[in-house]
Amino acid sequence: MPNAQCRMPASDMIAIIDYGLGNLRSVQCALRRIGAESAITADAGEISAADGVILPGVGAFWRAMENLRKSDLVKVVLETARNSKPLLGICLGMQMLFDESDEHGRHEGLGIIPGKVTLFAPGLKIPHMGWNEVKHGEPSPLFESVENEAFFYFAHSYYVAPDEPAAVIGSTDYGATFASAVQKDNVFGVQFHPERSGPVGLKLLENFCGLCKTN
Amino acid sequence: MLAKRIIPCLDVKDGRVVKGRSFVNLRDAGDPVECGKQYSEAGADELVFLDITATLEARKTILELAARVADEVFIPFTIGGGISTIEDARGLLSAGAEKISINTAAVKNKPLITEISEAFGNQAVVVAIDAKRTGESWEVFISAGTTPTEIDVIEWAKEVEQLGAGEIMLTSIDSDGHNAGYDIELNAAVNEAVSIPVIASGGAGGPEDMLRVFTEGSADAALAASIFHYGTYTIAEVKNYLRNHGVQVRT
Repeated sequence: MPNAQCRMPASDMIAIIDYGLGNLRSVQCALRRIGAESAITADAGEISAADGVILPGVGAFWRAMENLRKSDLVKVVLETARNSKPLLGICLGMQMLFDESDEHGRHEGLGIIPGKVTLFAPGLKIPHMGWNEVKHGEPSPLFESVENEAFFYFAHSYYVAPDEPAAVIGSTDYGATFASAVQKDNVFGVQFHPERSGPVGLKLLENFCGLCKTN
Repeated sequence: MLAKRIIPCLDVKDGRVVKGRSFVNLRDAGDPVECGKQYSEAGADELVFLDITATLEARKTILELAARVADEVFIPFTIGGGISTIEDARGLLSAGAEKISINTAAVKNKPLITEISEAFGNQAVVVAIDAKRTGESWEVFISAGTTPTEIDVIEWAKEVEQLGAGEIMLTSIDSDGHNAGYDIELNAAVNEAVSIPVIASGGAGGPEDMLRVFTEGSADAALAASIFHYGTYTIAEVKNYLRNHGVQVRT
């Protein structure tokens, strides 16, 4: 870590994992707006030292997993999940938390939350793109002070089907109802882009950062 | 339910918004970031910045613009105009743009669509199609609507979907600038032909035009420039009208 010696340790540093895919800067801009310090990083040590970790992602599942493996970052993500540190997967980053995806053939995911990733049923416009409502009847700290059925911005063609219904903390209708937000202990996933979802998205990120602080 | 999107489009030349008139209480009404922020706060669902800068030198400003917008605006935004390589796309997306739109370069270099789509996901790739009616069909025009291509719009729409476009921005050259409504037939025909989202563009004169293009034209989003820039309607007025007519919009 070349810069480590001249940086004061931050009280709440969020690591945004950089594995060569994903709109990282927009996530960082959103965090900056809510006053959270963050680092875009591919350094396992830095990720490990952070108070919370965000796994973003766009593009193809297999490529994302391949990049994560090549960057030697799978281990630190699994450790983050195991060590009760808050972890938030966004969009493809959420999908990667699951066991497997059938995008471009069957590909193995991180296996942190049981379930699989699958394509929307035929007949729907794909990608599911735009603002859709998220129902979050079950209380989760992620949705604290976020109105039920608030609109969030989505852009995806595959969705997660968790094995355990208890993992679903938010759901959205597109043809059928799908899991748009999940939680398993300290691990969260959102299919939508909070960093692109205006004030409600910023609120959700603030909630996540709040968990990192108290952790 | 997925909401229909209302998207203001800002033309940007040398880093400045052109033809904006209605931006009130802004220190600098020519600043794309200030204008984008104001639209975002007014309820816009997305923003499109169309770079109409002619010189290559000045095009660097669009990268700075993307970064500055990303700093300040937390809704999705698309940047289009003059993107012809994957590096152009990479730069803009890395700066924080949600999507890039390609038009002329997509026609001249079809593999570019696939290349960008594979690298950044199809949700990041908007193919802009400028359509001009020729008898019973529509022809694709490129180079800011100046050059005919003899390509059929419907065939091209299907092809760009196959090549990896995640969305189509469909502009009717005939309707553009007339404020007399979108080309409903064109939108209906393209929406019938593809299963990716389509943004209707060209001709918005008021909320009733948007209602028609959503209901009769099956569009997923409606883009407008002058009615918003000149303050003819606010985004809230448009959305209220649509809501009152049974169209799902984001509140």
